[in-house]
Amino acid sequence: MEGSVLVIGGGIAGIQASLDLADRGVRVFLVEKNPSIGGRMAQLAKTFPTNDCSI
Amino acid sequence: MGPGSLRSAAEAGADQLRIGVFVCHCGTNIAGFLDVDAVAREAGASPGVVYSVTTMYACSESGLKEISESIRKHNLNRVVIAACSPRTHEPLFREVCGEAGLNPYLVEMANIRNQCSWVHMDDKERATKKAAALVRMAVAKAARLGPREPIEVDVDRRAVVIGGGIAGMNAALDLGDAGFDTVLIEREPDLGGRLRGLYRLYPSGREAREVLEEFIPRVIEHRHIEVLTATELTGVRGFIGNYVLTVRTGGDERELEAGVIVVASGADVLEPHGLFGYDGERVITQLELARRMSQGSVEAGTIVMIQCVGARLPEREYCSRVCCANAIKNASMLVEEDSGRSVYVLYRDIQGYGTEFEDWFARAREAGVVFARYDPERPPLVDSRGVRIYDLLLGEEVLLPADLIVLSTPMVARPDARSLGQMLRVPVDKDGFFLEAHVKLRPVDFATEGMFLCGAARWPCRISEACAQASAAASRALVPLVNGKVVVEPVVVDIDEAICRGCGLCRDLCRYAAIEMVENERGLAVARVNQVLCKGCGVCAARCPSGAMTLFHFTDEQIRAMLRAARPALLAGARHGDEGGSAGGVR
Ligand SMILES: Cc1cc2nc3c(=O)[nH]c(=O)nc-3n(C[C@H](O)[C@H](O)[C@H](O)COP(=O)(O)OP(=O)(O)OC[C@H]3O[C@@H](n4cnc5c(N)ncnc54)[C@H](O)[C@@H]3O)c2cc1C
Ligand code: SF4
Ligand code: SF4
Ligand code: SF4
Repeated sequence: MEGSVLVIGGGIAGIQASLDLADRGVRVFLVEKNPSIGGRMAQLAKTFPTNDCSI
Repeated sequence: MGPGSLRSAAEAGADQLRIGVFVCHCGTNIAGFLDVDAVAREAGASPGVVYSVTTMYACSESGLKEISESIRKHNLNRVVIAACSPRTHEPLFREVCGEAGLNPYLVEMANIRNQCSWVHMDDKERATKKAAALVRMAVAKAARLGPREPIEVDVDRRAVVIGGGIAGMNAALDLGDAGFDTVLIEREPDLGGRLRGLYRLYPSGREAREVLEEFIPRVIEHRHIEVLTATELTGVRGFIGNYVLTVRTGGDERELEAGVIVVASGADVLEPHGLFGYDGERVITQLELARRMSQGSVEAGTIVMIQCVGARLPEREYCSRVCCANAIKNASMLVEEDSGRSVYVLYRDIQGYGTEFEDWFARAREAGVVFARYDPERPPLVDSRGVRIYDLLLGEEVLLPADLIVLSTPMVARPDARSLGQMLRVPVDKDGFFLEAHVKLRPVDFATEGMFLCGAARWPCRISEACAQASAAASRALVPLVNGKVVVEPVVVDIDEAICRGCGLCRDLCRYAAIEMVENERGLAVARVNQVLCKGCGVCAARCPSGAMTLFHFTDEQIRAMLRAARPALLAGARHGDEGGSAGGVR
């Protein structure tokens, strides 16, 4: 597909990149090898400095 | 799932209220501490409620699906979700209801987790009663909600970047490359910022001058970038998509219109007056050292660098992050230039992040740079013979006969950052650096929509970080620029101009400058609200002496209905208190 972007990795960086692109109207394919996106951050109950889960 | 209560559609009538209530277990977060089934049961008996159930995790995929299916199946025209905080979850529930065909503003939440199960963990009965009351209140409010359409605003597709350092130039280039006209404002006569005063850069070893010679012409010659140097920002008004900035260049004032603003105003460097004998001659800063190195005028056999000067102290707790790498790079280069030199780096801790750091550290030690650790309780002493240091590893005092002493001082917020922040209506932190919308998830956004930040204005950073943030800020700013419009929350205040008596109290109280006093057709002063600027805080509506203001989603009618719905619970609470009185408890 023309004018589309492939994002490899569905951790917080990949998710944010995908969202920013999609918000601009770009079609995004986010590829993640695990069954769910979220990456490392989704495995952590609380992350500093705000100590919330934020996901 | 818990008990359902479903009345027939015929009983409720097609145009009547059909409220659906979803009471969330939140796993055991709520259900472990109060009786969610009882809450759902009671809600099911409330007027207007045609459907009431419990759900394990309302915000999970299956929970959301259940809500949207129920909306369709039971033809719900209002939804109440008894769960957690609307601050975090309301947008999600609104979106789901919107997708299911219900106007998103016909959704109400009752926070029975934070306000009941979390705070009344040891009193299940009363936590349940309170939750039931909150749900009753939410139902009463839901019955009085009206649909609302989001407010759409056109975006002026131009940008302004404040500060022409490496971050600002980079942001302007990204915005310009995307085809959007960008004005770059710099108060100094030249672009370049801090890099103008630096020599060879960490980690590449390139001269700062070279980097600037590469960047500056690209910025100046860019067909979408206009550079205004020797220019001061004097005022900002407006809101996302429609900002108006006034700037002064020499004697000329000019107005700039823009949809977005990027702040890249950088930072200062602490001048260590009164510290370690700083005199600008024999005891200098790293900045002065950079100047001397670039001129080839470092004439010293023994050089001692002292780290953390004026940093990581009670009055300035933070670590400036660039000074360790900068000192290690300069120390290596000084020894490599002249192997007869001795260079010592006196440190508290070495801040060494990034992949290149270990290489530079190893390079410095191989070159013969000596590192010695000092205790902040016994800091090095500078006198006419050199530097005395109590070396923590040797456990003894050593005299280093220094010809030149170089102090690594931290980057500090610019003295005018606070007033710039006030002009832009964006916050600074306790150290005076600009404060982003969320330290983790929105690092380059300001909370004010349409404003972004990057570089050392936000926090001490290296060039690579300043550039990465600049590209991120530009990328975020491109969202409204590309779309050409933005949608803002319609939870705002309405002013009935026929009732307003023009006292102006609301305008004075509004922190977001959303209210303006205007003259109506009859020549009378009335308040008018800019619904894009209005954040729906309600301060004005609470204070208006004539009742001219209605805050959508918090109307007087809705709040009175909630109070009426709460009353039985308050009375029940009082009775409960009386019963407890025999045990001597006073509540
Ligand atoms: C001694 C020292 C050595 C360093 N060495 C290195 C190194 O080797 N490698 C490295 O990666 N980093 C180094 N750094 C860090 C580097 O300098 C910063 O990362 C970089 O300068 C940040 O760029 P910036 O554009 O955010 O800010 P700045 O370079 O500070 O630029 C900000 C610009 O904004 C302008 N400005 C401010 N307020 C306004 C206003 N109200 N209106 C208009 N214009 C305004 C200023 O005049 C300035 O030109 C060093 C820093 C120091 C202090
Ligand atoms: S970077 Fe090093 S010298 Fe600078 S404040 Fe942090 S620890 Fe101290
Ligand atoms: S406080 Fe009320 S009466 Fe006074 S100006 Fe504002 S809207 Fe009008
Ligand atoms: S609701 Fe708050 S933000 Fe909106 S006009 Fe009133 S005071 Fe200002």
